[in-house]
Amino acid sequence: MKVMVDVARCRGAGLCALTAPDVFDQDEEDGTVLVLDAEPPPARHEAVTAAARLCPNSVIRLEDA
Amino acid sequence: MPVDRECPFDPPAEYRRLQDEDPVARLAFPDGSHGWLLSRYEDVRSALADPRISSARGFASNPVRELPPEAMELRRIRPGQFIGMDPPEHTRYRRMLTGQFTVRRMNALVPRVEEIVADHLDAMREMSRPVDLVQAFALPVPSLVICELLGVPYADRELFQRRSRALLNMNTDGPTLVRLRDEMDDYMLTLVRAKRQQPQDDLLSGLIAREDEQGHLSDEELINIGNLLLVAGHETTANMLALGTLALLAQPAQLAALRAAPALVGQAVEELLRYLSIVQFGLVRTAKEDLQIGGRSVRAGTPIVASLAAANRDPRQFPNPDSLDVSRQYSPHLAFGHGVHQCLGQQLARVEMKVGFRALFERFPSLRLAVPLAEVPMRDETFIYGVHELPVTWDGDGR
Repeated sequence: MKVMVDVARCRGAGLCALTAPDVFDQDEEDGTVLVLDAEPPPARHEAVTAAARLCPNSVIRLEDA
Repeated sequence: MPVDRECPFDPPAEYRRLQDEDPVARLAFPDGSHGWLLSRYEDVRSALADPRISSARGFASNPVRELPPEAMELRRIRPGQFIGMDPPEHTRYRRMLTGQFTVRRMNALVPRVEEIVADHLDAMREMSRPVDLVQAFALPVPSLVICELLGVPYADRELFQRRSRALLNMNTDGPTLVRLRDEMDDYMLTLVRAKRQQPQDDLLSGLIAREDEQGHLSDEELINIGNLLLVAGHETTANMLALGTLALLAQPAQLAALRAAPALVGQAVEELLRYLSIVQFGLVRTAKEDLQIGGRSVRAGTPIVASLAAANRDPRQFPNPDSLDVSRQYSPHLAFGHGVHQCLGQQLARVEMKVGFRALFERFPSLRLAVPLAEVPMRDETFIYGVHELPVTWDGDGR
């Protein structure tokens, strides 16, 4: 799985960092998404998929690696 | 607009019929205009994320309260009032604030929230029973938290709590609304001026100092942002804490499940948010262009009401939507809204609820209602649903 984000769309709701904190974090300054692990291990795919679905601004895009 | 509840925890039953038969329903507004009422999860979710649907005229039509003529000026969106703006104006304010409400920052507040919660529960144990949980716990905890975060003196809580309560009550008359608004402006202006003179380590001082491509925020912007955060920061969580407690006390099997597995508290909080959906009358938006929703043609300029409460009970999205189930897995509810306006303070609210519910039920194992459920006064007439009072009692010393 490859994780891609469109930071321009991000409004810093933080649902990704809440749902998969080992994969997503937020910028200290403006709260926008930071990807910590762009190719998360299979054990995290469920959480990452949930994070992508929860995102209120469709910032996260997932692709099969 | 359906407003009458049969059960204090369920949205009006009419919504279920609308979801099945008329999911994009024609809605008459009190001012005589017409719009659309969305009740299905997918429609509500897509509308709230649709850039063709605007938040900027949100105060112009209200589905449950017609603003009296003398309060018409309240319809105007004021500088800094970003909940009533679209991008890019909205984006600028939001960007200035989101860094202050990240998951990381809110998690760092946990020890202080735990301390505040513990202090209030200690004090509550000493009170003579029955105790009103709203006044002893649900209202003061988030009030003190948001005061510390913003830098608002907690000593002023009675003032701002009273004003927020009246402002959110749809029976408050026009002249009173205008007076309250002016009082809140004066209050916040005084505070902003004091912080300009003597900055402190708080969010308001940070906003005053902050500068972006467009310069510093004006006093007017700071007043409106400050008041917005102050009201939104305490009324909402206060009502979730009190109403959530009531829901769990009324459904002992769910409370027992939570007590047996305190690690469930995160899921339980999401489920309570979904089940209770305290933004009870929905979010008002306006179509910016002609568009289609669920096969209906919606004309440009028409208001659209997105019912979060109905969406969160849509059986198409949630199996057994009317059951409170604290072990429900993955609940992508819309209680905080959706799209660019989704609640700025949601991570703070989560921390306050997780810490609050956990400590309350741990420290008062025998907590129960002191009156029959039917006698608990519900906030049917306020934009944020909840209880006016929650008389509770417990055995022994509460331990």
